[in-house]
Amino acid sequence: MALVFEEAKAKIIEFITSKAKMKSKFYFNDFTALFPEEKGRDVKKILTQMINEETLVFWSSGSTSMYGLAGAGKHADGED
Amino acid sequence: MAKHKTPLLDQLESGPWPSFVSDIKQEVAHRYANPKGIDFQIPAECPDDLLGILELSYVEGETHWKHGGIVGVFGYGGGVIGRYCDQPEKFPGVAHFHTVRLNQPSGMFYKTDFLRQICDLWELRGSGLTNMHGATGDIVLLGTSTPQLEEIFWEATHNLNNDLGGSGSNLRTPSCCLGESRCEYACYDSQEMCFQLTNEYQDELHRPAFPYKFKFKFDGCSLGCVAAIARSDMSFIGTWRDEIRVDQKVVAAYVGGEIAPNAGAYSGRDWGKFDIQKEVVALCPSQCIRFEGGKLEINNKECVRCMHCICVMPRALKIGNDRGCSILVGAKAPILDGPQMGSLAIPFIKVDDDYAGVKEFIEATWDWWMEEGKNRERIGETLKRLGFAKLLEVTGTKADPRHVKEPRHNPYIFWKEEEVEGGWQREISDYRSRHQK
Repeated sequence: MALVFEEAKAKIIEFITSKAKMKSKFYFNDFTALFPEEKGRDVKKILTQMINEETLVFWSSGSTSMYGLAGAGKHADGED
Repeated sequence: MAKHKTPLLDQLESGPWPSFVSDIKQEVAHRYANPKGIDFQIPAECPDDLLGILELSYVEGETHWKHGGIVGVFGYGGGVIGRYCDQPEKFPGVAHFHTVRLNQPSGMFYKTDFLRQICDLWELRGSGLTNMHGATGDIVLLGTSTPQLEEIFWEATHNLNNDLGGSGSNLRTPSCCLGESRCEYACYDSQEMCFQLTNEYQDELHRPAFPYKFKFKFDGCSLGCVAAIARSDMSFIGTWRDEIRVDQKVVAAYVGGEIAPNAGAYSGRDWGKFDIQKEVVALCPSQCIRFEGGKLEINNKECVRCMHCICVMPRALKIGNDRGCSILVGAKAPILDGPQMGSLAIPFIKVDDDYAGVKEFIEATWDWWMEEGKNRERIGETLKRLGFAKLLEVTGTKADPRHVKEPRHNPYIFWKEEEVEGGWQREISDYRSRHQK
């Protein structure tokens, strides 16, 4: 079943918000687990759209990448 | 005049090799002198403070760089590596010190005006310090501040016609050897394949969806100028499946001393007369060469394409005509489980213009790894955890003796019912007719 953007987005935001007390950055696999019936590439399209509309941001250590809600979590002082 | 005293770094300059400390000091002096009157967009003291913070790290034995960040250019999840220092008051020039990776041209062919443009851009909007090239192969621009990132990206893509490279859990910047542009050993056009696959997989390069990093490298032959077999999650190594072409007359010329072996590479001292038995035949790893009665014979079925004999006598021996590449999977550096070399998955594939077979293998491999790979797990580790046979299964690759790395390492073979004739059901009376209880 194809993912509907608004529904998938709401589910992703709900998931991130529910974990907000523990963590603010999530691996790609955390999101594919939310949609076990869907292909990873389809989940990626949703995440990309959320990045493009600035709901989500990428976080990277340089070697690993994660996704987070824009503005959530602690950031370095110089990181704004 | 440098701001910080750096006795420990100064000591590093005393060795016989070129020193990165000397390079940075040169840039410190250049930025303070500013002979071209450049309106530096990040502090002129950036390289100076870089030396200062490095000296402090050496003194204290701990780093002052903070780990990662959300910085990047809009829509891209790679290409920029955020770095901040935890002593910004002491070292304001490196309060931000982000790295920008640019995708290098295939084979690293540059025009000087392009290099000048890169340097001009980085002098204006960055520290002036570069790394040509990073371990992955890309152009590494070291040290800039957050407000400069979009400006740099715009100039790189619009004025230099150059995209960012890969970082994070992305496809990393693919890299290749010189290939057919300069090398008679190239078994396929490694530059073209690198270019085409870089374009094909732009989404994977810029938007992370893998468990961890993934590297492609393209070697035109098994001599491996970009060391694909050791450094890439998926290596494409040129090979051939027919016979090494032998010109017996030229072999005789080598034996007779008319042509220098190894293309004259070992001419620095007198190594004595060329000895084909000792220098070619005895060094063949699969012992598939013999030289008798003035004739060189190669048992091509046993040849492992190491190319040693070809390198020793390049004018007499040539790569075969039926060329393509081998695909290996799983090489990595030693963060977990130790280092691994790539495992041979596809012994030979023709490199067609549309790369259809190659793409099919790549995408099947990725689909499996994206599903099964744990976070921060390289595909080589997934392979080790779930078994090489699984990779063959998911990519629809038929098992082949060439997939066996070493015999009897693991003698247990778990057959599936559909792989066994008759399945798990059998007629016991038939068995008993041949075997007593």
